[in-house]
Amino acid sequence: MLKNYFKIAIAVLKRRKFFTFISLFGIAFTLTILIVATAFVDNAVSANYPEANRDRSLYINMLEQRNPEKGYSMNGPMSYHYASTYISTLKTPEKVALGTMFTPTNTYVANKKLVIDLKLTNAEFWDVMQFHFLEGKPYGQQQIANSELVAVISEETKQEYFGDVASVVGKTIETDNVKYKVMGVVKSVPVTMLVSYADMYVPYTASKTNLKTKSYNGMFMAVLMGRTKADLPKMKAEYASVVAKVPPGDAEMKQVISHADKYLESFVRSSPLRGKDGPNMSMLYLVLVVFVLLFMLLPTLNLVNINISRIMERSSEIGVRKAFGASSGTLIGQFVVENLILTAIGTVIGVALSFFVLQYINSSGMIANIHLTINFTVLLYSVIACIVFGLLSGVYPAWRMSRLQVVAALKA
Amino acid sequence: MIQLKQIEKTYRTDTIETLALNGINLNIAKGEFLSIMGPSGCGKSTLLNIMGLLDAPSSGEVLIDGQQTTHLSDKALARFRNQKIGFIFQSFHLINDLKVLDNVELPLLYRNISAKERTELAKEALVKVGLSNRMKHFPAQLSGGQKQRVAIARAIVGKPELILADEPTGNLDSAMGNEIMELLLHLNEVDGATIVMVTHDETMAKKTHRLVRLFDGSQVNDHALKPMYA
Ligand SMILES: Nc1ncnc2c1ncn2[C@@H]1O[C@H](COP(=O)(O)OP(=O)(O)O)[C@@H](O)[C@H]1O
Ligand SMILES: [Mg+2]
Repeated sequence: MLKNYFKIAIAVLKRRKFFTFISLFGIAFTLTILIVATAFVDNAVSANYPEANRDRSLYINMLEQRNPEKGYSMNGPMSYHYASTYISTLKTPEKVALGTMFTPTNTYVANKKLVIDLKLTNAEFWDVMQFHFLEGKPYGQQQIANSELVAVISEETKQEYFGDVASVVGKTIETDNVKYKVMGVVKSVPVTMLVSYADMYVPYTASKTNLKTKSYNGMFMAVLMGRTKADLPKMKAEYASVVAKVPPGDAEMKQVISHADKYLESFVRSSPLRGKDGPNMSMLYLVLVVFVLLFMLLPTLNLVNINISRIMERSSEIGVRKAFGASSGTLIGQFVVENLILTAIGTVIGVALSFFVLQYINSSGMIANIHLTINFTVLLYSVIACIVFGLLSGVYPAWRMSRLQVVAALKA
Repeated sequence: MIQLKQIEKTYRTDTIETLALNGINLNIAKGEFLSIMGPSGCGKSTLLNIMGLLDAPSSGEVLIDGQQTTHLSDKALARFRNQKIGFIFQSFHLINDLKVLDNVELPLLYRNISAKERTELAKEALVKVGLSNRMKHFPAQLSGGQKQRVAIARAIVGKPELILADEPTGNLDSAMGNEIMELLLHLNEVDGATIVMVTHDETMAKKTHRLVRLFDGSQVNDHALKPMYA
């Protein structure tokens, strides 16, 4: 029986090449976009290199100051002054990493301009982040205390600045007219890892301007690492109680607002999805699910349409099958199976296409240092979703068709 | 084999009501070859469809092998058609996407038999209609007469007791039409199939056991032409 369904399904697909192409394209394309998009999200959200301790860490990316009476507000990363006074002094975290947002700096190699994204960090940054050192080692308290001009650079920067040399530890790298001594080389980080990405890392004491300001707002973000995942609520509560007592940092401002959040929460908080009481994670998931469903609805409707017209075209076949003993139920079964075959082919093409697209993105260097992989959970769910939509898009037309009167079907 | 009692069929559209059949009573015996004649639009196809359980009468009863069919479910009707009836249509109604052999196998798909057995039975039926050398062809590669022979093979593959043929030679030239007629006669005489055939061709009708004439939905004439089992 299934073999016969298969025969007729393939025959029908071959007969209507254009419609088949549109259907397959719709399914495959939708699936590819879903898989590639989730590969990006997955890459950005999951505890990838070097943020392997993300599960037991909280992120403090923002500090907001408000004056509710006058309607002023100021929002952004923090100053070193604020971070060292109110964050580094927290008791519950095992370690507190501080690092600036990366700033592009210019350097010239053989008369060619090279942009180096620079990040200033404290020493604990290297304990919280699990960087893979290809050579050398990170700077520590001593270099920080002495304001030494030392740097850890990425593998990519080593290649671009020094070229093909075996070792660069001890060599000098100059950018924005400052000379640094290379202490270590790390495996490159993709730019999607906002907190840990840079081309070059230097002690925060290397830049005096960052330290002088007494304002609360500045360039620093912080990562609190607990001993275990269980420390997260304690760390969150401690920071909340500290922030509640922070005096206004500016004469114009009355309130200081800042939160220690889990990684994903910290982004949702600064997005339109923030609820009244902070990031609304269930809202985020709801939005994502609705988005995915809507996204898949298009090819489904398209399939429904195509199926209806295809089925009407086959009214003689329907009449004949009924006349020779197919019940309505059997016919619905046949058409749904046919549609599933179509969906399955589309799914296979979609998965293959995603694979190639991801390979291409990884190897083209379109996004520096990124390594996207297919998320197998997502793949599984997408395939299930495809099958469900395949069923749905087949059932309605099949049902309409099965209600066709034999006599009418044979006349048409 | 088939009993029709007081069959009426009314078609209703928004504007008009057509009385297609008006009080038809008919008894068809096992092994009989019956032809139905009458002007176009007099209700021949409607009658045949009702006999074949493809359409329900507005009132009256259809009994097949003594069994009431009025209140059968869609599924039961389907099984009934599958087991007992084989249809032959004027315009063949072969499935163009399927090869001849697959077309002939079609009624067996709705029975519980193995693929191997299906193929054997289909080949056997194709031998009977003289088309065993066209099994792997598609319908589009056949002549009209050949197509109708495939359709006959499909109608007989399940060895139904009753074959219903609605103008089986209507789309064929007379030579091909005669071939088909010979085949039907053979099926009736040799294999003992009960056949009801709608036709416009008086000479063909004359070759059957019995002729029923319809006019405007009513039965105007019913006479035996030759004795059965002559
Ligand atoms: N589905 C239908 N809807 C409305 N009227 C129909 C339908 N089918 C047949 N009729 C009408 O019923 C009458 C008998 O039709 P039919 O049985 O096809 O005639 P015949 O086969 O003898 O030419 C005709 O008047 C025809 O117009
Ligand atoms: Mg007719």
